[in-house]
Amino acid sequence: MKITAPTPGNLVLNLGPAARIPPGEGRSVRFGDLSIAVFRVRNGDVFVTDARCPHKSGPLADGTIGNRTIVCPLHACGFDLETGAGVGHGCGRVKSFPVEINNDGDILVGVD
Amino acid sequence: MKPKERVVVIGNGMGGARFVEELLACNGDARYDIVMFGDEPYGNYNRILLSNVLAGTHEPKDIFMNPLRWYAENNIRLHAGVRVESIARESKTVSGAGGIEEAYDHLVFATGSRPFIPPTQGIASDTGVFKEGVFVFRTLDDSLEIMKFAKTAKRAVVIGGGLLGLEAARGLLNLGLEVHVVELAPHPMAVQLDAGAGAILTRTLEEIGIHVHAGISVSMALGDGHVEGVVLSDGNVEPCDMLVISAGIRSNTQLAARADLAVERGIVVGDDLASVTDPAIYAIGECAQHRGKTYGLVAPTWEQAAILAARLGGSNPTATYEGSSTSTKLKVMGVDLLAIGEKEAASESDEVLTFSNPTAGVYKKVVVRDGKLVGAILLGDSLGSPRLLEAFHRAGELPEERADLLFPAAAETPGIAKVEDVPDSFQICNCNGVSKGAILEAVKSGHNSLGAVCDTTKAGTGCGSCKTQVQALLEAASDAPLTEDPSVHYYVPAIALGKPDLIQAIRKGNLRSVSAVLDALAGGGGDAKSKIGLASLLKIVWGTGYDDERDARFINDRVHANIQNDGMFSVVPRILGGVVTPSQLRTIADVAEKYAVPMVKITGGQRIDLLGVSKAQLPDVWRDLGMRSGHAYTKAVRTVKTCVGEEFCRFGLGNSTKLGIEIERKFQGMETPHKVKMAASACPRNCAESTTKDLGVVAIEGGRWEIYVGGAAGSSVRKGDLLCVVDNHEDVLKYTGRFLQYYRENAKYLERTYGFVERIGIEALRRILINDDEAIAERLDRDIDAAAAAYTDPWAEGADPVHPLQFSEELVSIEAGVAL
Repeated sequence: MKITAPTPGNLVLNLGPAARIPPGEGRSVRFGDLSIAVFRVRNGDVFVTDARCPHKSGPLADGTIGNRTIVCPLHACGFDLETGAGVGHGCGRVKSFPVEINNDGDILVGVD
Repeated sequence: MKPKERVVVIGNGMGGARFVEELLACNGDARYDIVMFGDEPYGNYNRILLSNVLAGTHEPKDIFMNPLRWYAENNIRLHAGVRVESIARESKTVSGAGGIEEAYDHLVFATGSRPFIPPTQGIASDTGVFKEGVFVFRTLDDSLEIMKFAKTAKRAVVIGGGLLGLEAARGLLNLGLEVHVVELAPHPMAVQLDAGAGAILTRTLEEIGIHVHAGISVSMALGDGHVEGVVLSDGNVEPCDMLVISAGIRSNTQLAARADLAVERGIVVGDDLASVTDPAIYAIGECAQHRGKTYGLVAPTWEQAAILAARLGGSNPTATYEGSSTSTKLKVMGVDLLAIGEKEAASESDEVLTFSNPTAGVYKKVVVRDGKLVGAILLGDSLGSPRLLEAFHRAGELPEERADLLFPAAAETPGIAKVEDVPDSFQICNCNGVSKGAILEAVKSGHNSLGAVCDTTKAGTGCGSCKTQVQALLEAASDAPLTEDPSVHYYVPAIALGKPDLIQAIRKGNLRSVSAVLDALAGGGGDAKSKIGLASLLKIVWGTGYDDERDARFINDRVHANIQNDGMFSVVPRILGGVVTPSQLRTIADVAEKYAVPMVKITGGQRIDLLGVSKAQLPDVWRDLGMRSGHAYTKAVRTVKTCVGEEFCRFGLGNSTKLGIEIERKFQGMETPHKVKMAASACPRNCAESTTKDLGVVAIEGGRWEIYVGGAAGSSVRKGDLLCVVDNHEDVLKYTGRFLQYYRENAKYLERTYGFVERIGIEALRRILINDDEAIAERLDRDIDAAAAAYTDPWAEGADPVHPLQFSEELVSIEAGVAL
């Protein structure tokens, strides 16, 4: 997913250098009422989703990630990092956000 | 650079395509150019799911496994719709229709099979087209036409009394036809059943209205243009307006025979899946004959595909195929039949138990060889079938009293209703609240393995104790013949290897980190569901030489505390043996007040738990406690619960607190496949509940200690087995360590000791750990001592984090947005 241009009403947040996140892990970000989780996959990809799972509000930033999947730490529900779709279960989906790394290595994420 | 070798695959069905997928998964495309020939002008589809298309649960497009685009994306040259006509083995080339030629270094036959049509006069017209009313029934997609025609038919003859033939007969009977089954063998399902079971099955089939003609064949079909009857080999005539042929399959071997490869019923291959005639040519799936057997099921095909891919792809060049164990289940209304493995004893040393009650239609038989179940027949009574399947597929230990295999009811679950008999609203999975109805729904919509049903319903994904019931429901509700889900034997889902093979591959490749293992063996890429199990294994394989990537740890092990339902954490300091000093209690109280800990709880393992601490607070809490980690959050040795013991108790026979502290100090935090809870009791009153712990010791008169292993009192309740009785504390520590190391090396990930001990068997454990029959005791002792000596307190990372954000919840708190 690419951020092409900020559309009216949308914001682009700069979360700072991707390299600050331990490889293969996630951390949460709070911006006013908005809580999101940002993940740095070992292959260099960065993804951003809702901070909490739709099942029991598990903290996704504390989950285990694969190249495309986040597994919630509470009850092991998986979600596709890029689309937010549930993987192999009926626990609903999470919202995913467009994200891009700029030339300085900073994470830019588009939020509503 | 060395030019790539060429792999040519003949056949683009479930076997050929699966092989190529497996080859790609182990980076085979880096070593080989891959070429495929397929008869059909499109990508391959999943034949098993065809029945679901008929049932309306799958769209036809959903069953295509790989669209044509997939071949292009993976640089596979697919000759779709091109039939291979000849093979020149000297020049290593294959020639296909239209003058296509491809050279090969390795040639794989995956040509499958075709239905067998017994030579019968009059089934076809002069032009070779079947008469009206004559059908071949092999796959369920044939069934649509058959059922359509049957609506106007009255009497049907089915040629072939095998699994499919009987299912066809059942279907036709249900549609109101008079049905005759003609079987050449002396009884139906002759491949799976012995004569005793065959006789009772015949009787049961007759009772539900299927006429069985066994030991004879159809010699001629009557009728002009459409079938009007058959002449049987005994001279009798059966009138019919429908003739269904379901007489088994024949391997497609013509091409192989023309290339002068050894061909019997299939292309003859060795354990390396190579043709015995030509080591550059392989055969897998229904066209292959291995150790005299050809298989008509998908599970063996996939097993062969995986093994050949591992050999050629280099992930395991010495992998061999040892044959597949298959099980068959017939679900015809009014008939309950399970047949697994061998139907007869092979030698006099085999144990055979048979129970036969023809009046009730019940026949049961087990064949046991060297203490392992190698075959079983259950007809007319399915009780105990999950247990037999488990014993068969996992080669588990059998009950001493073999008759318990045939009559498990009394011993197994007194007072508990059979899962088949409870209503749909009955809750099967008590962790996730999954009802029987939800599980049946999942099976109906095409989830046909335990893993798939559990994934989609979440049943069995909590404590896991309901999995046998889920399996039983799956077996009862699934319409497909039983095939085993090979992934149940994988150590982690992303790598198609069991634990011993995986360890071998890790050692061989010198793979020291989780990402290195996934890159080398799982085709690159992280797999979230495999990382944690691999981390546990690598730590045991490499010890201090393990490259510890923290993201492969579960969150608990990244921050050394137990995550709670609200994302906060709980803190349990180490209190060896549950013996605590007043000053420690004071400190704990002070810390709890200082950090306003919402709950302080005495745990079942005799520890104190501070619940509701935030991640960021953890280092401060640990520093103020000044105690070591209690490891209450990890798959490791947890606690040693003790009773008061001889120092104070008037019944005490041994110093249980001293011993408990010694055990816990030595093995604290030791990583294990699942958590290990221990206990030390000072007399047989067993106040520390030693006999229901993973490992527990009980003092007995004479200064001796009993060591119990494999006890449990959680989702499963099991009394531990007595491993041995020893004379002193040193020996308790020695055998405890030896057992732990053996468990560490041999248990599956997340296999508790109660499952492990039951699987290996206490007799075998005694032989290995006490008698030292395998001469590994000294090494086990050495390895566990080294692992214990390497212990460091993870809470030390509070003052010296491995990463600046190790204990940070937030990456950043944002004040304002920045436009691009």
